[in-house]
Amino acid sequence: MGVSIEIDNVTKAYQNNIVIEGLSATINPGEFFTLLGPSGCGKTTLLRMIIGFNSIEAGEIRVDGKRVNDIPTNKRNMGMVFQNYAVFPHMNVRDNVSYGLKNRHMGKNERNQKADEMLRLVKIDQYANRMPAQLSGGQQQRVALARAIVIEPDVLLMDEPLSNLDAKLRVEMRNVIKRIQREIGITTVYVTHDQEEALAISDRIAVMYNGVIQQIGTPKYIYQRPANEFVSGFIGLSNFIDASYKDGVIDFGSFYREPLKLSEEAGSEVRVAIRPEEFVIHKNGEPGIPATIISSVFLGMTLHYFASLDNGQEVEIVVPSDLSDILPDGQRISLGVVPEKINVFDRKTKNTLIPKGA
Amino acid sequence: MQDKKHSPVWTFMALAILALFIIFVVYPLALILYKSVIDPKSGALTFENFIRFFTRKYYTNTLLNSFKVTTVVTLICAFLGLVMAYIIKQYNIKGSSALNIAIVLSYLSPPFIGAYSWIQLLGRKGLFTKAINSAFHTQFEGIYGFWGIVLVFSLQSFPLVYMYVSGALENLDNSLNEAAESLGANNFQRVSGIILPLVLPTVLASSLLVFMRVFSDFGTPMLIGEGYRTYPVVLYNQFMGEVTNDSNFAAALCVIIMLITLIFFFLQRWIAARHSYSMTALKPMQPRKLRTLPNILCHLFVYLVVLLAMLPQLTVIVTSFLKESTPGIFTNEFSLVNYRTIFSKNPRVIPNTYIFGLCAIFLVIFFGVLIAYLAIRRKSFITETVDTLTMLPYIIPGSVLGICFLYAFAKAPLVLTGTAAIIIIALTVRRMPYTIRSSTAIISQISPSIEEAAISLGSGEVKAFWDVTLPMMMPGVISGAIMSWVTVISELSSSIMLYRASTQTLTVSVYTEVIRDCYGNAAAYSTVLTVTSVLSMLLFFKLTGKRSMSV
Ligand SMILES: Nc1ncnc2c1ncn2[C@@H]1O[C@H](COP(=O)(O)OP(=O)(O)O)[C@@H](O)[C@H]1O
Ligand SMILES: [Mg+2]
Repeated sequence: MGVSIEIDNVTKAYQNNIVIEGLSATINPGEFFTLLGPSGCGKTTLLRMIIGFNSIEAGEIRVDGKRVNDIPTNKRNMGMVFQNYAVFPHMNVRDNVSYGLKNRHMGKNERNQKADEMLRLVKIDQYANRMPAQLSGGQQQRVALARAIVIEPDVLLMDEPLSNLDAKLRVEMRNVIKRIQREIGITTVYVTHDQEEALAISDRIAVMYNGVIQQIGTPKYIYQRPANEFVSGFIGLSNFIDASYKDGVIDFGSFYREPLKLSEEAGSEVRVAIRPEEFVIHKNGEPGIPATIISSVFLGMTLHYFASLDNGQEVEIVVPSDLSDILPDGQRISLGVVPEKINVFDRKTKNTLIPKGA
Repeated sequence: MQDKKHSPVWTFMALAILALFIIFVVYPLALILYKSVIDPKSGALTFENFIRFFTRKYYTNTLLNSFKVTTVVTLICAFLGLVMAYIIKQYNIKGSSALNIAIVLSYLSPPFIGAYSWIQLLGRKGLFTKAINSAFHTQFEGIYGFWGIVLVFSLQSFPLVYMYVSGALENLDNSLNEAAESLGANNFQRVSGIILPLVLPTVLASSLLVFMRVFSDFGTPMLIGEGYRTYPVVLYNQFMGEVTNDSNFAAALCVIIMLITLIFFFLQRWIAARHSYSMTALKPMQPRKLRTLPNILCHLFVYLVVLLAMLPQLTVIVTSFLKESTPGIFTNEFSLVNYRTIFSKNPRVIPNTYIFGLCAIFLVIFFGVLIAYLAIRRKSFITETVDTLTMLPYIIPGSVLGICFLYAFAKAPLVLTGTAAIIIIALTVRRMPYTIRSSTAIISQISPSIEEAAISLGSGEVKAFWDVTLPMMMPGVISGAIMSWVTVISELSSSIMLYRASTQTLTVSVYTEVIRDCYGNAAAYSTVLTVTSVLSMLLFFKLTGKRSMSV
């Protein structure tokens, strides 16, 4: 079930402006694959190369092993869901969904039957005869989704399909998308700039920056073992603290040291990335990085502290809330870290120094 | 822009359209240009014609006259249009939607009908003239010449400024008023400091449109100008061979007027581009209540202006049902004789008008939509060239276009003189710029991804355009088409140059009947025209649900 997509060394230029150069990635059959990155990094461009709305200046894209560069879009059998839904406003919901089937010369009865089946799958069968203007944004997005998958495409492409919805609907729709993708097992390439959405929905994520893929991996791996400082900062929140490294020990200064085995090439100048939940707060002068509490925010499940280190740098700390008192602003603390969770990067190359498999 | 290879069909279409425009716009214009600087006998380059024009007082005076009369008309139109729009939009005026329709209608009727109606009312033997002379024992000779032209054009053209300014006022957000008031501005300060500066660019831009239009119209000064010769009248006479039949000199006259309108066209564009504020009102300004006396004065003013603007139409309709005793003198006897005459005299006139109009509208829509689509969605050197070429007829006065066509299509290989085709093509070419502009606006509102969705679902590019973009454009295109229809059937200046008895249309008939002093027939013809326009406009309002329109 599903087909693979191999993106092999592709390059895209608009006029003379090279946006993507020599990019490669392999998407496995039936996989939910997400392109994640800040706005303008080339996600849409890459997606449109896959479906054929953009030309490919160099390299090739293979679907199921076959080169598709020169196949026109309408012959590629790929479904696409657009950011602005792109539902045909002059056709009712059923006609929207059966439009692609009509292009495949399917008879009217069969067409409508398949369309209705699909509308049931996305749970808007009661609106089959409505015009799009009478639907909410979320419902329109369901129409767009049904319309894209009813043609049984080899590949489903989605470009920020949820960004026009409000926060609650976004969560609801991403579950719908994930459920349906699982049910039909279609290879899916999904574009978003929202890291939380990417973590929630994907089998694997490719983090992009400046037209270059920074890291490909499962949501869990990317979050826990970011390949470089960019990924570490873009996915979730990281506090970056400079430290030095020697012989399997990281020295934070102020007599605070943690043993940690880094890869061979590690020099002495390192930068440690610590997620807010990877700090441990000590109140009684245990070894740690000295800091002062600036403010705190109680969010029910968790408690957030903002603290400043002695060099003036601000850090964020998250602890599970418990019955003990909230530390007052101005309180002196020392911050320990959980050594097996933190990440360490080379200060020059900005790449990770955590050995593979750690 | 081009980030993908598109189907070659589009390039083919763009090339085909380019070829048509080269034949029907570029070639006739180039020919006129060529004729104007070539000595017909020796074939050598000469500026003789231009020198002759600019050294003879007879000719330079006409240019001066045209500038004088057009400037005065433009100023009056700017004032009337602005004040009318302001009062109708800002205050509670009773019957404002009917007023709106009446104003647009008076704009859509050909200006020369206004001229001949005013002759009926204020001419030598006019109704009002007689009344005035008997009441005051004066020897008033009627309104001809400079002031006659000013009267007719002002009342006919202020609606253009009115329509543009109304649109601009509708886009002003009420919060501007509120902000001004909260900052302590009184009414006068609010209007002069906030509203006026914001609509002034619109007033300016639309006034220049009035200028171009009035400057190149020849029907009105022809009828009511008498001794006051304007440039288009001389051009017409020169061409029609009433003075001398020097076609090279006529060509030079065409070139001069095109250069003048060209300058005003660029001036207009420059102002519109530089000084327009892009605004959309979330909460449009609400009409305000006026105290009793100002309220009565505003109502009086607005109704008086609209009545004067509508007077020609009303006169025409009434006189069309009256019997003439001698030419130009109507009795009080109701009769259908005028209608009987016009239907038996040349039965082709009405069908001609409708058929030519419909053909032109069809062509205008077909090419207009296609050109707009190509220019926006399939940008290339060719489509941009086409887009620019289609703007040319916008700045060419209709009579000049007519003359160009006559010269260009009189000889082999393409002989069109006297055919219906030449009139239809002229109408099409003249209306095309408007349809392209409005179609462009419509397409820009449609997201390209809708068409891409169709393509991803298996449609080819042309099918996607046909299935998705075209139907989405249709409502806007149809309402635009109705407006085009109304303007096309009232077109005179190019048809008058190109018609034969077999291709005579309503406007041409009105004109020729007036020239022959057959006012009864002229009134009947123009009543048919007015009724058609009114019905079309009602259809427009019904279809679009709008209460205002842009031409
Ligand atoms: N049609 C285009 N023409 C020229 N440049 C483009 C075009 N589309 C995108 N770009 C440029 O390519 C880069 C990547 O854009 P895009 O793929 O849309 O980014 P993303 O989807 O990640 O926000 C941007 O710098 C953008 O300005
Ligand atoms: Mg994008």
